[in-house]
Amino acid sequence: MAIDRSAADKPFLLRLLSGISPRSTGLGPFIAAFMLLAVIGLTVFSPWIATHDPLAMDPLMRLKPPSEAHLLGTDGYGRDLFSRMILGGRISLMIGVCAAVVALGLGILIGLLAGYFRAADAVIMRAMDALMAMPSILIAIALVALNGPSIGSVVMAITIPEIPRVVRLVRSVVLTVREEPYVEAATALGSSTAKILFRHLLPNTMAPMIVQGTYIIASAILTEALLSFLGAGISTEIPTWGNIMAEGRQFFRITPGIILWPGLLLTICVLSINLIGDAARDGLDPRMKKREA
Amino acid sequence: MFIYLLKRVLSVLPVLFLVSVFVFLMLRLTPGDPAAIIAGDNATPETLAAIRDAMGLNEPLLTQYASWITGILGGDFGNSLISGVPVLDLVAQRVGPSISLALMTIIIAIFVAIPMGVIAAWRHRSWIDYLVMSFSVLGFSVPVFLVGYVLLLIFSVQLGWLPPQGFKPIADGLGPFLERAILPALTLASIYIALIARMTRAAMLDVLNEDYIRTARAKGVGEQRLLFVHALKNAAVPIVTIVGAGFALLISGVVVTETIFNIPGIGRLTVDAVLARDYPVIQALILLTATLYVLINLAIDMSYSLFDPRIRY
Repeated sequence: MAIDRSAADKPFLLRLLSGISPRSTGLGPFIAAFMLLAVIGLTVFSPWIATHDPLAMDPLMRLKPPSEAHLLGTDGYGRDLFSRMILGGRISLMIGVCAAVVALGLGILIGLLAGYFRAADAVIMRAMDALMAMPSILIAIALVALNGPSIGSVVMAITIPEIPRVVRLVRSVVLTVREEPYVEAATALGSSTAKILFRHLLPNTMAPMIVQGTYIIASAILTEALLSFLGAGISTEIPTWGNIMAEGRQFFRITPGIILWPGLLLTICVLSINLIGDAARDGLDPRMKKREA
Repeated sequence: MFIYLLKRVLSVLPVLFLVSVFVFLMLRLTPGDPAAIIAGDNATPETLAAIRDAMGLNEPLLTQYASWITGILGGDFGNSLISGVPVLDLVAQRVGPSISLALMTIIIAIFVAIPMGVIAAWRHRSWIDYLVMSFSVLGFSVPVFLVGYVLLLIFSVQLGWLPPQGFKPIADGLGPFLERAILPALTLASIYIALIARMTRAAMLDVLNEDYIRTARAKGVGEQRLLFVHALKNAAVPIVTIVGAGFALLISGVVVTETIFNIPGIGRLTVDAVLARDYPVIQALILLTATLYVLINLAIDMSYSLFDPRIRY
């Protein structure tokens, strides 16, 4: 297979978009994108879509099955499940995006340093190995339990275990790129280290980082649900997918819908993010395509 | 070869040292105060200060770390703040159910996932391949506890075939054990199967393009033998690696599954310890699981030459 130079010269965003066409990837990623947009639309515009006040309790309407008044029924406090579910998704999605941004930001910074400075490399990478050896869910629940159930501490708890993977990825890109002639040229011309790191090395990490970012969002949404489910998540007054499902545990036998509906929406959301991530990865990595063909 | 193995074994030490530093700092530098937990809600500042003094919390961090780590190296993980029982005893009481659950999960996962991956690669781009791939993407996208509840709903609430929750050790008979362990093991296996099937398929796709596969076909080796002996053996290294890496998933899965199915194992101990802020127990559990993870992956690293004689140290 001849190397397609024209593709490699395009900026990564164009490469990303040209890599994903129905001809090369099938319809999967497009259906996934459509589903994800639907979930995002439903959650972002939840204040206007919600049929009820998601926090309003109604003791007379506890644990009702789906009806015309309550699309998906009500929870243990008589609150409308559908309204809570779409508002909860808004917060869960926000946590996912925040975790991805923070993990990428810190991971890229540490990865650039590890890849560029040989002296820092060994120490940083051993620390990352140590961080990866600790089960992420244990670190996360311990951190939330210690720092309190605020949104900030949950985002931090989800972010910290994700950082080592980003660092490894960025470092591996930097290690290959820093030997390129243009980096040598920049050094010879007297560019500052900061300029070499952020101007010349950073852009090379962008493509894999976009892919990694989608995976982090997906896994952060799952982890948030897991933490809340174990009772070590965001304070229970705030509806998130995890909190709604955690509250449904005790009523599981009577109204399984309290767990199943938010679970379904969460699964659709995470599944479509994962599918889009896979498609982006295949589109950006020509080697993957060769293997598939 | 001996030198390499020795180096590899020694390389584990700095990682474990850093893990212990992380665990120590994580619990010391966060706002919660262990002395306040022991003292209870109505403690006067004086008793609080006395407890803090007795626990050595007023010493410099380095001194605290030194005495903590010396204790651990001597097998003393301290006592639970809640029950006063030595942490190691607590762990020993709870480890049985978790190990049997984990072993059963690994067995199910390997016996389901590897054939799935092999067949998907063999019939590349057929409906079987797409089915396996869809299952594996789905496995990564469903929260573990949702799988658990759906299984509970179907097999125990709707069909009434299996008891809903609880745990019986194998010593009480294989039947009662399996009856209660099968749903948690299947729940836990779902994500593991997704992971292993995906890696098996990718590794097999690489191997099936090799020349010696074509040669084997040409000389008339049967398809089954070709796939499961000739090809799978050569695809073993990445598969074994992912089985080891998946151990981390297994641990988080154990925590969740034991909570859903009410199994008195390490996972429940963890959740209870975290909710009660039982610091010594949390520290010990993170430290022990991380050590186990590092050792398992060390063993897997060293086993490569068993699967691939070309790998020599």
